Amino acid sequence: MKKQNNTKKKKNVKPKDSNREFYRIMYLFSGLFLLLCGYLCYFLIFESREVINNPYNLRQETFERKIVRGEILSSDGEILAETLITDNGEEARFYPYKEMFAHVVGYSQNGKTGLEQKYNFELLTSDIPFYEKLYREFMDIKNPGNQLVTTLSVKLQQAAYEALGEHRGAVVVLEPSTGKILAMVSKPDFDPNTIVTDWERLINSDSADGILLNRATQGLYPPGSTFKILTALEYMREYPSAPENFSYECNGIFSYNNAEINCYHGKSHGNLDFIGAFEKSCNGAFAYMGSDISISDFYDLCESFLFNTELPFPLAYKKSSFLLTEESEDWELVQTAIGQGKTTISPLHNALITATIANGGILMQPYLVSEIQTAYGQQVKQYLPSVYKRLISPEEAAALTKLMTSCVTEGTGYALLSDSYTAAGKTGTAEWDEKKESHSWFVGFAPAENPQIAVSIIMEEAGTGSDYAAPAAKKIFDVFFSDKKK
Amino acid sequence: MQNIVMECAQYIIIFLITCYTWQSFAYFGKKSEVQKRKIAARQNFCILGVHFLGYVSGYLATGKEELILLYGAQTVYFICVIFLFPTAYPDCSRMLISHMCMLLNIGFIILTRLSYPLAVKQFLIVCGGSVLASVVPWIMKKFRELRKFAWIYGIIGILLLLTVYLTADTTNGAKLFLDFKYISFQPSEFVKLIYVFFIAAMFEKSSSFMQVIKTSLMAAVHVLLLVASKDLGGALIYALVYLMMVYAATKKNLYLFGGLLCASAASYTAWRLFDHIQVRVTAWLNPWTVIDTKGYQIAQSLFAIGTGGFLGVGLYEGSPGQIPIVEQDFIFSAIAEELGGISAICVILICLGCLLLFFNIAIESRNTFYRYLAYGLAVTYGIQVFLTIGGAMKLIPSTGVTLPLVSYGGSSVLSTLCMFAVIEGVKTFEKAE
Repeated sequence: MKKQNNTKKKKNVKPKDSNREFYRIMYLFSGLFLLLCGYLCYFLIFESREVINNPYNLRQETFERKIVRGEILSSDGEILAETLITDNGEEARFYPYKEMFAHVVGYSQNGKTGLEQKYNFELLTSDIPFYEKLYREFMDIKNPGNQLVTTLSVKLQQAAYEALGEHRGAVVVLEPSTGKILAMVSKPDFDPNTIVTDWERLINSDSADGILLNRATQGLYPPGSTFKILTALEYMREYPSAPENFSYECNGIFSYNNAEINCYHGKSHGNLDFIGAFEKSCNGAFAYMGSDISISDFYDLCESFLFNTELPFPLAYKKSSFLLTEESEDWELVQTAIGQGKTTISPLHNALITATIANGGILMQPYLVSEIQTAYGQQVKQYLPSVYKRLISPEEAAALTKLMTSCVTEGTGYALLSDSYTAAGKTGTAEWDEKKESHSWFVGFAPAENPQIAVSIIMEEAGTGSDYAAPAAKKIFDVFFSDKKK
Repeated sequence: MQNIVMECAQYIIIFLITCYTWQSFAYFGKKSEVQKRKIAARQNFCILGVHFLGYVSGYLATGKEELILLYGAQTVYFICVIFLFPTAYPDCSRMLISHMCMLLNIGFIILTRLSYPLAVKQFLIVCGGSVLASVVPWIMKKFRELRKFAWIYGIIGILLLLTVYLTADTTNGAKLFLDFKYISFQPSEFVKLIYVFFIAAMFEKSSSFMQVIKTSLMAAVHVLLLVASKDLGGALIYALVYLMMVYAATKKNLYLFGGLLCASAASYTAWRLFDHIQVRVTAWLNPWTVIDTKGYQIAQSLFAIGTGGFLGVGLYEGSPGQIPIVEQDFIFSAIAEELGGISAICVILICLGCLLLFFNIAIESRNTFYRYLAYGLAVTYGIQVFLTIGGAMKLIPSTGVTLPLVSYGGSSVLSTLCMFAVIEGVKTFEKAE
């Protein structure tokens, strides 16, 4: 009996090493729990800033209770948006330049747009020193939010704003070598200071007006003759000797199977070489080129130039589209080659294409904010220029620069002739409604030999590119270079 | 003035929780009884301090006088548990009692902040549950032959799950609750315990191949019933617990890895078959593209954690109510938002502390049945904590599992209290032997 008891006890007593499995599983769980801690730290340190800056995060009310929305500054430190405290203690967002920066800076009441939306959480985050924050929290004083230093220049914005005049349309000005957006204007505009009182009028006004729409990024237009830059590039890729050997006899009309293309006002340009066709913007010559290139290669070229795809841009925009396929009919093929047809493009996108050519074929990541600072001006985060992608070879960029330079010196871009710089560019006259005046386009950059500024301008229903958009570009360039001289 | 108090409270709470956590790990190095008691005293001070500050903030923020009453009642509860339980069971693990109180405490504070009526309900269930749980070690001591009822445990578990499958209504896409007129309860939470009893009792008899086959079949029935009720989080826990227990009993890696392989295959199949798993996986992979629908909950959870940062926005200052089902599956996010990331990390570490105590008690026990029992409960607890916290911060897809002792949920807190009591029972049993 006793013996039996003993054996039973033995069965229950386990040797030490039998705990090996227990220890293994214990270590496994310890590891998993530490992984949870580690991941939480990682998330809070590296990811949370990006994550919480999301329009779906409705916690901004929490922030607004504790933080005074930060300022938005121009590149030279002028205030574009600030929060003022009125006498009765209420906060009011103030935009000193009123309509001028309305679309790009945006508004922060009745929803948020532009930079106010994109950088909402940065503006509502305070990175002033810890002890001061603590002190202010104890005293129940709101902390001042971080401020944004943008890449926008007040001078150029003003020049662009005035150059558009009374026309609807948009201007994008950028620095090709860095991708900095220097100015971005859209008209018709509104005064963000009175957005709340004007709200009903702004959203109920004739929907075609689209006052709140940032046409620079969200307006889609037929590119008109500015698109001939890409047609010319594709033609040069397929016929490398084209710049020397190309010749076309323009009699004002070009027929291709069932399709017909007229030159502007039926004008005949006579005998044209490749440069001549480009600088005179001869529709017949480009329709002929279009009929003579591989559609699938052309499609690939346009996709590599960011048609039908996302643009590397922080604010809201619309995708441009290029829809030509092997199945498309003849009229669509020749129309597309001269920038009509079904192709649409935003002024921003056209500016990026132009800047790529100006920058030797490399597209720089476009950006609007160069620095985030504390309310006292200490740097929190800096945004440096970065390469987005090489889109074309330096040789191709040089060849296109040559075409665009002669477009100004010898052709439709004559309005930009200047003693103090050589500009390069391409005009466009986009037809969109037979009964209405055409949209006036200009894209270009200067100085041609060492580009420092690139623009893209559209003026809706203004007329030809050379008569309206090109002179507007001249005004912006003049301001830029006269400022440089000083 | 009010603001200063609330700000102070916010930082002192973080400090106290951190101290508490530090002490609980310092405990492992201490041998002498005096040192251990000192640590326990400091920890009790931290628990009551956090509790006090949490309710002071609540009172200042809401001005509700009933909070004072709730505070008083809870304080009495904590003092009773902390002092009476060790008196009744001198050999119990005081640290485990402290951990339990701390987790309940954080749960009370955050639940009161989220919804006062839920907090009251939860507190009443905790009180009742504690009375129930306090007799569990006594029962275990009195009835020494608990290991002999293996098949009874198995059959009770299956019958309960079957009842749920046949009669329960569907809530949130799954059949979980049995509804009686005044209360509804979630049997799978209790079956979880009985299930561990079953497996431990089976393997106590033998870990031969035949025994493994028999046990596997019974376990498979449990898991399949849960799958049929679409309680897939529950099914996952049951399956993993079984695998880890087989591994410990047979000491064969093959079973563990083979089982994990099967479980992966089963998960993959489930992902292909079940819509609501696909929803969760999609939401886990990229919540931002489906933020309007599938990704809404997890995105809100991440907003809460991210907005809180390391120090938190302070009690009653955040908006945890934005997260759907915040009181249950996503309570961790509410803690991280308002009490801060540091406190949230401490919560994870306190849970780890519980887990290590569970394993320690299992390892030190010389009775095979109780060894397996404590080990099985440790694994159950560990998996559940990992699934709910990992899900809240998008480390893994969310599985709809509650955080034991902290989340709202009568069945969950009741079964967890019993789980802790069983562990204490194993510990006191060991000393008594």
